[in-house]
Amino acid sequence: MRIYITLVAVVTLVIGLTLFVFITDKQPYDDNAETGIQSIVLKNGMKVIVQENRRAPVVVTQVWYKVGGSYEHDGITGISHVLEHLMFKGTTDTPAGKFSEIIAAHGGKENAFTSKDYTAYFQRISNEHLELCLSLEADRMRNLLLDEDEFLKEIEVIKEERRLRTDDKPTSLTYERFNAVAFVNNPYRKPIIGWMEDLDTMKIDDLRDWYQTWYAPNNATLVVVGDVRAKQVFALAKEHFGSLKTAEIPQLKPRTEVQQYGIKRVVVKAPARVPFLVMGYKVPVLNTSDIKDDIYALELLSGLLDGGNSSRFSRNLVRGSQIATSVGANYNMYALHDSLFTISAIPANDISMDDMEAMIIDQITALQDELPAEEELARVKAQVVASSVFEQDSSFYQAMKIGIMETVGLGWEIKDEYVDRINAVTAEQVQHVARKYFLEDHLTVAELIPQSTDIQSVVNGVATGEDHAH
Amino acid sequence: MRIKNNIICACLMLMALIVGNVYASPEIQSWRTEQGAKVLFVQNKMLPMVDVRIVLDAAGSRDGELPGLAKLTNGLLAEGAAGKDAQELAERFESVGAQFSNDSLRDMAYLGVRTLTDEQYMLTAINTLADVLIRPDFPQDAFERELARMKVAWEARKQSPSDIAEEAFFKAVYGEHPYAFPAGGTEQSLESITLQDIEAFYAEYYVASNATIVIVGAIDRKTAEEIVITTIGSLPAGKKPDPLPAVPELAEAKTVKVDYPSKQSHVHVGQPGMKRNDKDFFKLYVANHPFGGSGFASRLVQAIREDRGLAYSVSSYFSPMRETGPFMMSLQTRADQADEALSLLQSELDTYVANGPDKDELEQSISNITGSFPLGLDSNSKLLGFLAMIGFYDLPEDYLDTYIDNIRKVDRNDIKDVLKSRIAVDNMVTVIVGNGG
Repeated sequence: MRIYITLVAVVTLVIGLTLFVFITDKQPYDDNAETGIQSIVLKNGMKVIVQENRRAPVVVTQVWYKVGGSYEHDGITGISHVLEHLMFKGTTDTPAGKFSEIIAAHGGKENAFTSKDYTAYFQRISNEHLELCLSLEADRMRNLLLDEDEFLKEIEVIKEERRLRTDDKPTSLTYERFNAVAFVNNPYRKPIIGWMEDLDTMKIDDLRDWYQTWYAPNNATLVVVGDVRAKQVFALAKEHFGSLKTAEIPQLKPRTEVQQYGIKRVVVKAPARVPFLVMGYKVPVLNTSDIKDDIYALELLSGLLDGGNSSRFSRNLVRGSQIATSVGANYNMYALHDSLFTISAIPANDISMDDMEAMIIDQITALQDELPAEEELARVKAQVVASSVFEQDSSFYQAMKIGIMETVGLGWEIKDEYVDRINAVTAEQVQHVARKYFLEDHLTVAELIPQSTDIQSVVNGVATGEDHAH
Repeated sequence: MRIKNNIICACLMLMALIVGNVYASPEIQSWRTEQGAKVLFVQNKMLPMVDVRIVLDAAGSRDGELPGLAKLTNGLLAEGAAGKDAQELAERFESVGAQFSNDSLRDMAYLGVRTLTDEQYMLTAINTLADVLIRPDFPQDAFERELARMKVAWEARKQSPSDIAEEAFFKAVYGEHPYAFPAGGTEQSLESITLQDIEAFYAEYYVASNATIVIVGAIDRKTAEEIVITTIGSLPAGKKPDPLPAVPELAEAKTVKVDYPSKQSHVHVGQPGMKRNDKDFFKLYVANHPFGGSGFASRLVQAIREDRGLAYSVSSYFSPMRETGPFMMSLQTRADQADEALSLLQSELDTYVANGPDKDELEQSISNITGSFPLGLDSNSKLLGFLAMIGFYDLPEDYLDTYIDNIRKVDRNDIKDVLKSRIAVDNMVTVIVGNGG
């Protein structure tokens, strides 16, 4: 299905440093596992990045556009995601629905996703069909029909998607309102899927404008990972995308978040049975900060709190005090704008939300007051190094990482720094960022307060009461 | 368009043939341990890592009178073993970057680890996995804590219209069969499970004759044998559990409506479908593909999403299990459209069962299934999943090698026959959760 990704799980994005492992390993490996990344820029400004990988005779192709939820303004929220759906609704050469049909008939899988900072389209397919994918993608980059009847049907599908993923999911609803309150002018306050009212009033002309504004080769990146030759990909890319016309891409206004003057709280009352807490501190990211050490220290800190079952949250809150059923930390250092370091938690039975919040704050205070043990840091670093090998098991993930880093403007090269940078983080740096960024005045807290969900069952017209149990 | 399309398809079939012949499935080495456990191993030297997974017939279908027992037993393995507590076990895995994983579903329980093959790391990871598998302590405090967490998880399922619908569907389709009950337990069973139940369950089901171990990664045969001996090789032989009872066919149609205050209604329609070892497995799998199993190429998506905008997600599938798993059609739609969407599901099914797929539809499906086959084997984790399935369900070892041929053998007459003989359109279970509350 056309999907959108709210928080892409890129928490431990890593690559490189396979050397570390190879040195200590005596076994012979095939020398063709990795041949590095190659890239070119076409004359019209489109970047093409290839990673050769001969694990299987297949290829992942992804076309990334620099547009997503954070590019939108009030009144048209959700438009990037709507446009993503309409990208499957036909060009003159490939009528509505045919894109998916052709890829499927060639044994391929295809889909797309929209996030805050990007929109991407992908295929996974046998490597001999690479050119087919590129020609179809090139066609819809500039020649989309944007037919009104198709739009009117599809917008109803998207409203169903919103009901499914947000309106009827109390935790998603809580996240949505949490973001809307945490930020005043930073664009991350708006939901990627859009407010229902904006979807209700969206017009095909809005989509035509949006498409003309953002869909052009000079705002796109092609990423190809798999059993292909870079040279061949570059030649095919030139052939299919090279003649596409550029567009004048607007300069985004910075919309840097205004000063927060004290803790913010929001309550969500919705049909539910389990309370839920989200807390978030305002933090910078790689893209917005000159102090890269701070960013990597925050990343490592999130591993201390929530990196595996031995991390502090599991040890102290799920097991030790047993105040939480589950608790997690999230930090996306690859965002386009300033972001939030979030903590989300479900209380254990009979534990009040106030008590749980206080004990989570205690964990934050402990980071500010005491240096973490070297052994603890080493454990997070070991996981990062191992993950940098494990993640190479997925070509799709490799392509995702390249695409994200390129699209938010960092450049894919930055991913090669990750393991070294994390390994260099000290206990003092962790304490420093905990003191610098985890300030009560920069905190937002959202709380889901469950409202009644009376369940009534009727089987073949006869009421059976509330119970489905044994 | 039609003509152009047919040409594409014709080329495609040719391509698929070529790909199918060129593509070599990975070489599977298999043996049995002295105690009777099955081993499947694929050497893949591309990356310096190895995945080890142990799968057991020790999941929800073995819960007996206590739904949730298998899941809790599985969940407690790493909460205390060989005298080490949960913290120490987690630290051992994570200090070498290893990733432990485990779960218990309806048919299959598993645990395993992904580790670097560097010797010092791998040893720690495998020895800790062995502790967790062979020497669990089931400490009282861990038992109480994990049981409490399962109760919260039960509450969470009751706030999800999707989970409520699935639970109601399995109950209506399976009646008193073990598949009727949720793997996460019921309100009553979670009040009744004791630590003694856990220990007895572990002793009965975590035995060599009930286990398969699958290994994929950059190690040689000798190292694989050592891993097998260290882990599963130290389990007692035990005995294979008795076969599950057969799933009775439904005698009549049944409709379950559950009021829930959601904006959408969740709809499931279905009945008992097929076993993993079903003689008609390939026929039924191919039969479902153009109907509701091929995403945007399917009839259901076309009729319900593309033509009418009624749902974001609509599909049908057979979920093959040890005993007869369900055939299900599912969608979610705004509450006031549920009746319209439901009657479309029914009429699409009636038409399809009566006539089968068109020739073009079937050709496209076969091209898609065979052409995409290599995509399912392009990583260690996907390969591991296939091996686990082959081992657990006693599928032939040449399953992967013969897969494409088995798909290609299916023709339109086969499909028409199995649709008529295996889908009883008059005896469907229909579940609707929602109705706007």
